[in-house]
Amino acid sequence: MSRRVRGDREEADLPVDPDADLRHERDMFRGPAAPAPARRRTWDILAVIAVGGGAGTVARYLLGQAFPASPTGFPWGTFLVNVTGCFVLGVVMVFVMDVWPPRRYVRPFIGVGFLGGFTTFSTFTTEIVDRVARGAWPVAGAYAAGSLVAGLAAVWCGIVLARALAGLPVRRRGRRDG
Amino acid sequence: MTLLLVFLGGMVGAPARYLIDRLVQRLHDSVFPWGTLAINVAGSLVLGLLLGARDDLGLPAAMAALLGTGFCGAFTTFSTFGFETVRLLEEGSVLEAGLNALGSLVLGLLAAAAGFALAALLA
Repeated sequence: MSRRVRGDREEADLPVDPDADLRHERDMFRGPAAPAPARRRTWDILAVIAVGGGAGTVARYLLGQAFPASPTGFPWGTFLVNVTGCFVLGVVMVFVMDVWPPRRYVRPFIGVGFLGGFTTFSTFTTEIVDRVARGAWPVAGAYAAGSLVAGLAAVWCGIVLARALAGLPVRRRGRRDG
Repeated sequence: MTLLLVFLGGMVGAPARYLIDRLVQRLHDSVFPWGTLAINVAGSLVLGLLLGARDDLGLPAAMAALLGTGFCGAFTTFSTFGFETVRLLEEGSVLEAGLNALGSLVLGLLAAAAGFALAALLA
């Protein structure tokens, strides 16, 4: 999603994590000419991430309670959480990076915080290992492969849908001239 | 009560991910998302250890909710992993995308298994 040419110096300076790179988001109220002190800049972002992360984590917990999985069954709760989280992040990143004007707290709250706390990789891996340990190989394999394929497809669908909604070209051409 | 513990764990896990990801991404000069990979592998190890400790060592369920469902769940992320992989694909870095997807899965599974095994050793 970066507009920069891959491999050039500027790109190399950018964290690849969409959740992490907030340097290009201008402060709405202060503007670039009057940056806030570095300490405050970090702490307010961390606070926003914490609240979003707590809320996303609770949402995942509640969905897990609603879809309880047996120790050898398919973990539908985590699967649904991760796939829907991927879809929503795809949508949100298009709007954050290409549509909406820069907002200081939108990506920290929704992307890093809520969706980061909502989706989980550690529960995904431990659920697979647990099923393998109990001999439920087919379930473990289907869950692992299904989550990867559905998660990546969900991100892509989210990106394409958001670009279509925003009237942007759905397939991003090479930006090497831009 | 569990809800509060899960919330508190998530409140710490998400900002910890942000800080560690920034730190790791600052250490290298490539398009590869090392930060998320390191976070997801480390979180898998810790969650495996915690779940093993709950089952084998009698770790209280409340601690498992706070540190496992809360902290580890929020610390690791599937959505950023998916987004970064799709972005690598879109940029034509197909090899990196494949390595990220399979590498995260394999290393994450090994780490989770190591966590369970460590708890079993301690029991």
